[in-house]
Amino acid sequence: MSDPLLSVDGLTVRLEVRGERRAVLRDVALTVRAGEALGLVGESGSGKSMTARAIDRLLPRGAEVDGTIRFGGRDVHALSGADLRRYRNQAAMIFQDPRAHVNPVRRIGDYMTEALRTNLGVSPAAASRRASDMLAQVGIEGGSRRLRQYPHEMSGGMLQRVMIAAALLTEPRLLLADEPTTALDVTTQAEVMAILDELRHEYGLAMLFITHDLELAAAICDRTVVMYAGQIVEVRESGRLHDDPLHPYTAALAAARPDITRTAGRLRAIPGRPLSAFEAPPGECAFAPRCPHARDACRAGTPAITELDGGLSRCVRARELRGKLGERANA
Amino acid sequence: MLLASLLIASFVIFAAVYLAPGNPISALSGGRALPASSIRILEQRYHLNEPFLAQYWYWLGNALHGNLGISITLRENVSALISQRIWTTAGLVLYASVLILVFGIGMGIVAGLRPGFLDTSTLVVTAISAAIPAFVAAIVLILLFSVKLGWFPALGNGTSFLSNVQHFTLPAVALAFSALAIVARVTRASIRAESEREHVQTAVSRGIPGRQLIRRHILRNAAIPITTITGITIASLIAVAAVVETAFSLNGLGAYLVQAAESKDLAVVQGISLVLVTAFVVVNLLVDVLYALLDPRVSLGSRAQ
Amino acid sequence: MSTGMAVTAAVGTRRARPLSGLRATGVAGMVSAAVIALATIAALFGPLLAPYNPDLPNLSLAWVGPVGGHLLGYDFQGRDVFSRLLAGAQSSMIGPLAVVVLSMAAGALLAVVAAWRRGAADAVISSGLDILFAFPGILLAVLATAIFGAGLTAAAIALSIAYMPYVARVLRGVALRERSQPYVAALEVQGLSATTICVRHIIPNMLPLIVAQATIMFGWAMVDLAAISFLGLGVQPPEPNWGVMISENQTGILQGYPLPALSAGVCIVAVVIAFNVLGERLFEQAQAARQ
Repeated sequence: MSDPLLSVDGLTVRLEVRGERRAVLRDVALTVRAGEALGLVGESGSGKSMTARAIDRLLPRGAEVDGTIRFGGRDVHALSGADLRRYRNQAAMIFQDPRAHVNPVRRIGDYMTEALRTNLGVSPAAASRRASDMLAQVGIEGGSRRLRQYPHEMSGGMLQRVMIAAALLTEPRLLLADEPTTALDVTTQAEVMAILDELRHEYGLAMLFITHDLELAAAICDRTVVMYAGQIVEVRESGRLHDDPLHPYTAALAAARPDITRTAGRLRAIPGRPLSAFEAPPGECAFAPRCPHARDACRAGTPAITELDGGLSRCVRARELRGKLGERANA
Repeated sequence: MLLASLLIASFVIFAAVYLAPGNPISALSGGRALPASSIRILEQRYHLNEPFLAQYWYWLGNALHGNLGISITLRENVSALISQRIWTTAGLVLYASVLILVFGIGMGIVAGLRPGFLDTSTLVVTAISAAIPAFVAAIVLILLFSVKLGWFPALGNGTSFLSNVQHFTLPAVALAFSALAIVARVTRASIRAESEREHVQTAVSRGIPGRQLIRRHILRNAAIPITTITGITIASLIAVAAVVETAFSLNGLGAYLVQAAESKDLAVVQGISLVLVTAFVVVNLLVDVLYALLDPRVSLGSRAQ
Repeated sequence: MSTGMAVTAAVGTRRARPLSGLRATGVAGMVSAAVIALATIAALFGPLLAPYNPDLPNLSLAWVGPVGGHLLGYDFQGRDVFSRLLAGAQSSMIGPLAVVVLSMAAGALLAVVAAWRRGAADAVISSGLDILFAFPGILLAVLATAIFGAGLTAAAIALSIAYMPYVARVLRGVALRERSQPYVAALEVQGLSATTICVRHIIPNMLPLIVAQATIMFGWAMVDLAAISFLGLGVQPPEPNWGVMISENQTGILQGYPLPALSAGVCIVAVVIAFNVLGERLFEQAQAARQ
C-alpha cells in the first residue's frame, strides 16, 4: 500500500481566547490517500474547520500546535517561505462564504490568476487563458468577460464556482473544502456539489470535504470521519455509516436528520448542545453527558480509539454496541 | 448633491446682509454713517431696490465673474484683496496636508501592520494629540521652537520661497497636529480591520507572499476608508486655517476673514466665506470621486458615511 | 470591565440609567469623569473659589511669575492667573453645553422623525441634512458673528446649526434600527400613538448612545468655541475665558512669560481629553449593550 498523500497524527491545537489557553483540537489523526475523498463531519465547535486550517497552516497568531502533519512525505510544519507557498498551492483550500472570501475590490481575473502569476511565473496572458478555460469547466460561460467582472456582479453560487476554479488552477493534489455549499441555497448546492465531484474525478484529486451534513459527506466521499468536541470519534466507510455506525454520536446524527421518505412523529434531536474541545469534561468521554448508552466505564477516562471492522471508534463500548446502533437496529 | 449644498450655502451667505439687525445699508456699511451719495452708490451696486431673489441673482452672477464687491474699510475690490491673500492660505493648507498624508498615514500603516510596542505608543500619543486644538498647539510650538530653540520664526509670512517654507512650517504643524492624530488612528484601525478579513486568509491560503499580500489585499482595501477620512479631515483644515493664521500673524484669507468680521466689513466676509465654502465643497467632491474610483461597488455620489 | 451593568442599562423598554454604567468604563473612564467633575465645580463656583480677584488689573504686577500664594503667577494685566482660570471655567464650559443641548435636541428630533416616518419625509430630511454638511462649524460661527456681532450667543447657535446634521445622521441610523425592532410593532398594535412610542420607548432606548455622542461632542464644541474666543469673536475680554486667555497672553510667550497662556491651554486640553476618553468608553459600552 503506497504512502498516503496526507497524514495527520496526534494533532492537538490550543488557541488563546480572551487571555486563556483553550484546546480546540485533541489528538486528531487521519489519512487521505491520493485520489481519495475523505468526509469530515461534525457540528459547530467540533473542530472540523480548525483541522482543515491546521493542515493548510492558516491558524490564527499565537496558536500552539502539537503533532505532525505530513504531505507527500514532508513535514508541513518544517516548511517555510517559497516551499510553504508551493505547499499551499498543492493543498488548495475552498472556503464557506465566497462573498467574504474574495477580495471585493479586485477583478475576478486578478483573483484567479494571482497565484499563477506570482508563484508559478506564468505570463498574464497564459494565466488568463487558463482561467477562462477553467471557468468553462465549472460551468461559467463567457470567460474573458467574466474575468473582467467584480465579485459583487456575481451571484453567490457563481462566486463559489469561481473559487473552486481558482483553487484548481494551481493544479493541486489535495482539495480542502470547508463547507463549500453551506452558504448557498439548495439548488445551487446540488450544482456546486456535482461540479466538485466531477472535477475531482477528472483531475484525480484527493479531497477533504468538511460539512455538518452526514448524508452529504456520505454521498460523495469514500470514507467519512466524524468529529465531536475536538476529537475524532469515528472513521468509517461512507456506505456503512448509516446502517452500521460504530459510535453512538454518529448514530444520533444520522437519526436526527429528517428523512423525506419516512413519516415520523417527532424529530429525534440529541438532548443538550454540542461541546467544543475546551468545554468537554476532562477525564471522560466527551459525549457521555448526552449519550443514551453511557455507562460508568465511559466516565472512567478519555476513551482510546478502537479498531473495528475496518473502521475506527472512540467508544469504550464499541464492540458491545456493534449492530445495535444503526438504522437497522432502530427501524 | 454637493452642488446643491454650494448653491444653498451661497444663498445663506448672500442673505447674511438681510439677517443682520437693521437695514441692509447699515449692514453693508457696518453701522457707519455714510453720505447720501455713497448710499445711492450702494443701492445701485447691490440692486437694493429690486426684489430679493433678483438681488441674489445679481450677486451670484457677479461673484461668478469674479466681482465680489468693494471692501468698506479698505475701499478696494474684494476680489483683489482675496487674490493677494489666497496663496498664503492655500500654501498653508497644502503644507499641512502633506504633513498629514506623510506622517499621519505613515504612522497609521506602521502601527496597523506591527502590533506591539510601536502600536500601543502610537495609540497613546495620538489619543492625546487628537485633543490638542490648533491654537494650543500653536502657542506650544512657538514656545518650544521659536522662543526656546530659535529654529523657526514665530510670526509673519516670509519673503522668498525658502523663507516662506521656514515661516510656514510651525503654522503647518500646528494646523496638522490634531488632524494628523485622527488620520493616524483611522488608518491604523482600517489596516487592522482589513488584515483580519476573510479574503486576506484566502490570499494566504493561495500562497501569496507577505509583501504582495500587504500591498494588494490589505493596503488596497484599507485605502477606501482611509481616503475618505483623510479627505474630510483635509477639508476641515480650510476652516481651522483661520485660527492658525491669526496665531502666527500670517497674511491669509482666514485671518482677514476674522478681521473683516470684527470690523463688520460684510462684503469682505461674504466674499471670503464664498471662496472658503467653495473650496470645502470642491475638496469633498474630490473625495467622492476618489472613493468611487477606489471601490468598484459604489457609483459616484453614493458615498456612505 | 463588566458589561452586565451596561446591558441592564439599555435592555427592553426600561429607562436607561447612564450613571450605573459609569463604573464599568474602567480606570480611564473614571479619571476622565473626575476631571470633568472638577471642571464643572470650577464652572459653577469658580468666582467664589478663586483665592484672588480675577478681574482687577494691576499693571505693575504684569507677567510676574509664581510667587507667594500665586501658583501660576500674573497675566498680562497683573491679574492672578489661577483665579482667572477658575473664573473662566464658567464661560468655557457653558458655551459647549449650550451647543450640545441644542444640536442634540434638534438632531435627535429630526432623526427620530425621519426614522419613524421613513419614505418621503426621511428622504427630505436626509437631503436637507446633507446640504447643511457643506458648512464647517467655525466658518458659520465667524459669519454669524459678522452679522450679529461678536459674542458667545451667536457663536454657540451657529455651531449648533453646524453640528446638527452630523448628530442627526448618527442618531437616524440608531433610530432606524430601534424602529425595526419587534417591540415597536407590538406597541403599535396595542394602539399607542407614534409620539408616545417615540418619546416613551424609542428615545430612552437610544439614551446610552445619545449620552455617549453628547459627551464626545462636548469636547469638539469646546475646542471650536475656544478657537472662536481665541480669534476674538466669542467671549469678549475682559471677561475671563480660557480661549481668550490664550490670545491675550500670547505676547507673553514671545517675551519669556509662557505660563499664563500655557496654563489656559492645558486646562482646555485636559478637559477635552477627558470628554473624548469618557465619550469613547460610553460609546463602546452602548455598542456592546446592543448585541
